[in-house]
Amino acid sequence: MNLFPVRAIYAAEMARTRRTLLQSIVSPVISTSLYFVVFGAAIGSRISEIEGVSYGAFIVPGLIMLMLLTQSVSNASFGIFFPKFSGSIYELLSAPISHVEIVIGYVGAAATKSIVLGLIILATAGFFVPLEIAHPLWMLTFLVLTAVTFSLLGFIIGIWADGFDKLQLVPLLVITPLTFLGGSFYSIDMLPPIWQTLTLFNPVLYLVSGFRWSFYGISDVSLMASVTMILVFLALCLAVIAWMFRTGYRLKP
Amino acid sequence: MDPSSLNDLHQASRLNDPDASRSVAEPVISISGLDKVYAGGFHALKAVDLSIRRGEIFALLGPNGAGKTTLISVVCGLVNPSGGEVRVDGFDNVRDYRQARALIGLVPQELTNEAFETVWNTVSFSRGLFGKSPDPAHIERVLKSLALWDKRNNRLITLSGGMKRRVLIAKALSHEPRILFLDEPTAGVDVELRRDMWDVVRQLRDSGVTIILTTHYIEEAEEMADRIGVINGGQIVLVEEKAALMRKLGSKQLTLHLHAPLAEVPVALADYDLQLAADGSELIYTYDGTRDGDEGSSITALLGDLDAAGIAFKDLHTRQSSLEDIFVDLVKERT
Ligand SMILES: Nc1ncnc2c1ncn2[C@@H]1O[C@H](COP(=O)(O)OP(=O)(O)O)[C@@H](O)[C@H]1O
Ligand SMILES: [Mg+2]
Repeated sequence: MNLFPVRAIYAAEMARTRRTLLQSIVSPVISTSLYFVVFGAAIGSRISEIEGVSYGAFIVPGLIMLMLLTQSVSNASFGIFFPKFSGSIYELLSAPISHVEIVIGYVGAAATKSIVLGLIILATAGFFVPLEIAHPLWMLTFLVLTAVTFSLLGFIIGIWADGFDKLQLVPLLVITPLTFLGGSFYSIDMLPPIWQTLTLFNPVLYLVSGFRWSFYGISDVSLMASVTMILVFLALCLAVIAWMFRTGYRLKP
Repeated sequence: MDPSSLNDLHQASRLNDPDASRSVAEPVISISGLDKVYAGGFHALKAVDLSIRRGEIFALLGPNGAGKTTLISVVCGLVNPSGGEVRVDGFDNVRDYRQARALIGLVPQELTNEAFETVWNTVSFSRGLFGKSPDPAHIERVLKSLALWDKRNNRLITLSGGMKRRVLIAKALSHEPRILFLDEPTAGVDVELRRDMWDVVRQLRDSGVTIILTTHYIEEAEEMADRIGVINGGQIVLVEEKAALMRKLGSKQLTLHLHAPLAEVPVALADYDLQLAADGSELIYTYDGTRDGDEGSSITALLGDLDAAGIAFKDLHTRQSSLEDIFVDLVKERT
């Protein structure tokens, strides 16, 4: 492995973030704060506690997950879509670099951004509600695994998309609904039984549940189920990316 | 522009060039049986065989849609080949892609627009992407040689089209390639810049870089190239030394505008290749324009014989058949 290309891609992607700092960091922080005001303060005053955790604190892991998923996907998809769109992808494809190096550069940068963002949102949440993190190492593990996995998904979407509309489509039509329906803002115990069963098919539930467990020790599904789910998803994304590069799907005619 | 600085820097890299010991006769790029069928079924390259010699300027000449960009793209790894093989300095461009690609710099046909990067950053990025350690002094020399030094902190969006194209050249040179592909480098570039660009290209060639350029302008191939390959409909129609090509097909014509029209070529002049045109008011003499020594004497002899035959003319001009004519002939032959 040659580190110079990886470093070049990573640095260029991070530079892009700095140029769009407002959009990349400030706006997710503002919207998270709004969630706290609306959900935590307004609704939380009516829902007192869930399994011994105040509602405001209960939604923190779900909120971080929501941001982590949407930002990972949008950062990584844009990162690889833009060179395709601008034409500068020719340079990436003609460079003496392996597919692995390309992925590490782009996905690494996108995941880094999401992780930093997740930590910033966590800190922001600390201003609104008292926080406790029961299993900090697990919390970080989930944070990193989720950021990497969904950045890989974003990378796939960026290669697949042939227009800005498609780039927006998946986050809008898939990620956000799944996150909202995946127990970010409630425990699935609060749903009628039929919905509980349906929710078990939502992969995001496993992420949110595991992540929330690392905070408060409470979960909708077992820790093992959460870890397995995310690893399966990670492997799936890697397989798709490997296939895309091998066949040149939407990269090489 | 200051091409000499570029020359210096490539001279430097040449001294410790590990390839220098390789045989010069061995082609730096050898393409054999290369085929490309695009997904839609379009057969863009048909069994292309081509060898590029080390250190030459090779012009790939052909009309729009001939397959020039496709050929370059397959060599550089942008397009998957459907069949055949490409070797770059002995390395298979698919199996040994790292070694093969590290030798190549590519200046694409289309301008790209990473609008918000600065010139310096985008050129430095290219060097890193090609796996080279940072070398600000080299980047500085490249930018200076392309007259981009003053613009190094400008964002690309603020540059003119000609400057953007030079940035693409700078990106390709940032990693010190031994082979440079220029795909229609002068499309949309003004005359002055074109001349400067050719100066840089010649300097690069002088420093040992092999240059392959595509063009559909015959004058460009004629002016720049050591050898010319003509491609049409995905097939290489011909590859020749430029000089040999000109010699083979490059006859010259001398046209004499006569005072009084002639009904036919006088018998006294039967030894010359003469034709009448414009209702007998023009006399056209076709001769081999490349046998330099003979040219003057055969014309002098003709003019003497004309005088002796009492044929007077008021004007004369010569015309050399250009590659354009040659090309039109070749393509006509094929179809
Ligand atoms: N991605 C593609 N898919 C299908 N056909 C293509 C593609 N790229 C180029 N072609 C076709 O291949 C032919 C050769 O194109 P190209 O190599 O760009 O020619 P040139 O560079 O000589 O003008 C053209 O007819 C073009 O339409
Ligand atoms: Mg072309």
